[in-house]
Amino acid sequence: MSKYRSHILVCVGTGCQSQESNDLIEQLKHELKSRGYEEEIQVVKTGCFGFCEKGPIIKILPEDVFYIEVKPSDAKEIVEEHIVKGRRVERLLYEEPNIQKRLEEQHDIPFYKKQIRIALRNCGLINPEDIREYIAVDGYLALGKALTEMKQEEVIKLVKDSGLRGRGGGGFSTGYKWELTYNNKNDLKFIICNADEGDPGAFMDRSILEGDPHSVLEAMAIGAYAIGAEKGYVYIRAEYPLAIHRLKIAIEQARKYGFLGEGVFGTKFNFDIELKYGAGAFVCGEETALLNSIEGGRGEPNAKPPFPAESGLWNRPTCVNNVETFANVPPILLNGPEWFNKIGTEKSRGTKVFALAGKVNNVGLIEVPMGIKMREVIFDIGGGIRDGKKFKAVQTGGPSGGCIPEELLDTAIDFESLKEIGSMMGSGGMIVMDEDDCMVNIAKFYLEFTEEESCGKCTPCRIGNRRLHEILIKITEGKGTKEDLEDLKRLGEMIKISSLCGLGQSSPNPVLSTLKYFYNEYEQHVFNKHCPAGVCTALKKYEIMSDNCKGCTLCKKVCPVECIEGNTKEAHKIDPEKCIKCGACFEACKFNAIAK
Amino acid sequence: MSTIKSLDELKKIREQSLKKMELRTVGAEKDSIKILIGMATCGIAAGARDTLSGILDEIDKQNLDNVYVVQVGCMGYCYAEPVVQVNMPGKEPIVYGNIDAKKGREIINKHIQKGELLEDLIISKSFHRV
Ligand SMILES: Cc1cc2nc3c(=O)[nH]c(=O)nc-3n(C[C@H](O)[C@H](O)[C@H](O)COP(=O)(O)O)c2cc1C
Ligand code: SF4
Ligand code: SF4
Ligand code: SF4
Ligand code: FES
Ligand code: FES
Repeated sequence: MSKYRSHILVCVGTGCQSQESNDLIEQLKHELKSRGYEEEIQVVKTGCFGFCEKGPIIKILPEDVFYIEVKPSDAKEIVEEHIVKGRRVERLLYEEPNIQKRLEEQHDIPFYKKQIRIALRNCGLINPEDIREYIAVDGYLALGKALTEMKQEEVIKLVKDSGLRGRGGGGFSTGYKWELTYNNKNDLKFIICNADEGDPGAFMDRSILEGDPHSVLEAMAIGAYAIGAEKGYVYIRAEYPLAIHRLKIAIEQARKYGFLGEGVFGTKFNFDIELKYGAGAFVCGEETALLNSIEGGRGEPNAKPPFPAESGLWNRPTCVNNVETFANVPPILLNGPEWFNKIGTEKSRGTKVFALAGKVNNVGLIEVPMGIKMREVIFDIGGGIRDGKKFKAVQTGGPSGGCIPEELLDTAIDFESLKEIGSMMGSGGMIVMDEDDCMVNIAKFYLEFTEEESCGKCTPCRIGNRRLHEILIKITEGKGTKEDLEDLKRLGEMIKISSLCGLGQSSPNPVLSTLKYFYNEYEQHVFNKHCPAGVCTALKKYEIMSDNCKGCTLCKKVCPVECIEGNTKEAHKIDPEKCIKCGACFEACKFNAIAK
Repeated sequence: MSTIKSLDELKKIREQSLKKMELRTVGAEKDSIKILIGMATCGIAAGARDTLSGILDEIDKQNLDNVYVVQVGCMGYCYAEPVVQVNMPGKEPIVYGNIDAKKGREIINKHIQKGELLEDLIISKSFHRV
């Protein structure tokens, strides 16, 4: 039989691999073989389904059944029950937390319902290590069409008309960038894929490269043709071994099939791609710093202009685009700009991939149409806040994005709207915070990161961020003053306008946005020496409420510094002078008699 | 292999590769036809695996890309195994009984291809628990 009856798709993304999905594949194959099913049922390795938290994930097609947290030891039961007898393995189905019902089919799961997958279209569908599977889903068709049927100008116009904007953070029109690079005549030009992805917690680009590397290679070739480049680089961080491995395989295969190399598709177009490894500094994701790094120099940004499109790598016209931006290109070429225009909003077309993280029920990788409301993402796709807690804020845009409060949750997600409320699209980090998070502490956390990552080339960023960080430390230690609050604002605004690169220009966002939307929390810290979320250790105060205390003595027993006094069956008391705020008594008390 | 030198060559490889990939997307599409085969203990004992192979082979031969086959558990018709149920979009499911490989092929050729029911083999027309 030349056709498989059923496909078992097993995720081999970084998340699932770390949970033994490779072993699982071996076990599944073994079980199938021992029952004589290996010709009928295909076991396929695929890229990330976005639901890594519940990994390893497997999906059985065509019936579209989705199993989560599958262990190698489950292989036998899956084959015996699902494949041989056609019964679902109930215990491995996903249970929707809100309705406590197990859902069989992937398209029933709320996590997937509001998503539209363009950049992630093949992740979780094809085997990323098999170029023929990519070809089967229309892979390299767009490149063939561009090379054999379209002029360079036509490709550029099509991408311009689609309204595609850079997904690496800046949101600059991709078609326009290609046009600028095309217009700068030179005998040598370059196209570069920015796969640095330095935002802590972000893994959008990694997942695309792991799950569908050919889509990026194809798009780079299309871009190279459009701008007139013969050489491309993928700048990828060395900490992404699996993505690098898959890229290497994909480049080899693409060369073998003639999609890279000389005379692609029988035309005069020559193009090849090389990998360059980044050491993992956040600022190296900034395009001019990235170019310096490829040239072997220090990864520090340069002043713009000149833009890379004018004078980039080795002073040649260079086009730098992000991984996700590239992944959007082939479908746009195949389906046309009108198709892309129908998705998203007037100024922000298409979709955006986000790494949804923090205190939501469904953590994972999602792709949503631009214009979707923040609330829908957090409560419908994300499944709401964990453990029934209250939502406090959502931070978008990576370490230098802003924090968005409850009252702005109906803001549409697009480049302009997010900027307007003091945050930004960034490359797609989205971190949800709940009532237990202290916003001053959060701001401090991000500033610590940017202070570390500042390259030090310009003073406002190097010194300014350090000062911001110091003031925040002071406030969380209960030593803040009214002047500090004013300084934070003034200094933050100054750093934004006077820094050389995007890092400094956005690093004060976490401080400025929390000052704007959570000023009351700052006031509590400064004037009442109180941390409302009970996070800042120095401001914690443990106190026994005598009305609730049953005198059970438990707290007294656990206190490591013996600072709790009281007789059995009488209200106890904490000596605030001696208390080291370890919280042990709070945890121990069964009567909620201790307040913090 | 030699490199691909034209769009047509690419499309040829695409067709070849598609076979292996087929069925990955049909399940999620609304207008695809679903064939259920009872494969619980008694179904298997009665030869449902042969039926399954016959049906799959016929689908393959006729190059049908909107049909997919799912094995299901007990359908409650032990007396009539192997049991095959056909769900055409927008129509009542039809359940056939005592289907061997040959009759399975007939279901594909008559019912699926031409829309003709195999009246003699039907054991139930109003089957709601899909
Ligand atoms: C501090 C800093 C870090 C950046 N990191 C990345 C990154 O990791 N990946 C990325 O694609 N772009 C990053 N960018 C944006 C790039 O400078 C550049 O705008 C982008 O790669 C262009 O591609 P696009 O137009 O497709 O978005 C960063 C910018 C700054 C200022
Ligand atoms: S803003 Fe910061 S990271 Fe950017 S060049 Fe200046 S010091 Fe370096
Ligand atoms: S554990 Fe709670 S109830 Fe018991 S003595 Fe301490 S404060 Fe009172
Ligand atoms: S917080 Fe720790 S040190 Fe303070 S009273 Fe409770 S147990 Fe003792
Ligand atoms: S790595 Fe498997 S679902 Fe993301
Ligand atoms: S076991 Fe075959 S119908 Fe019940």
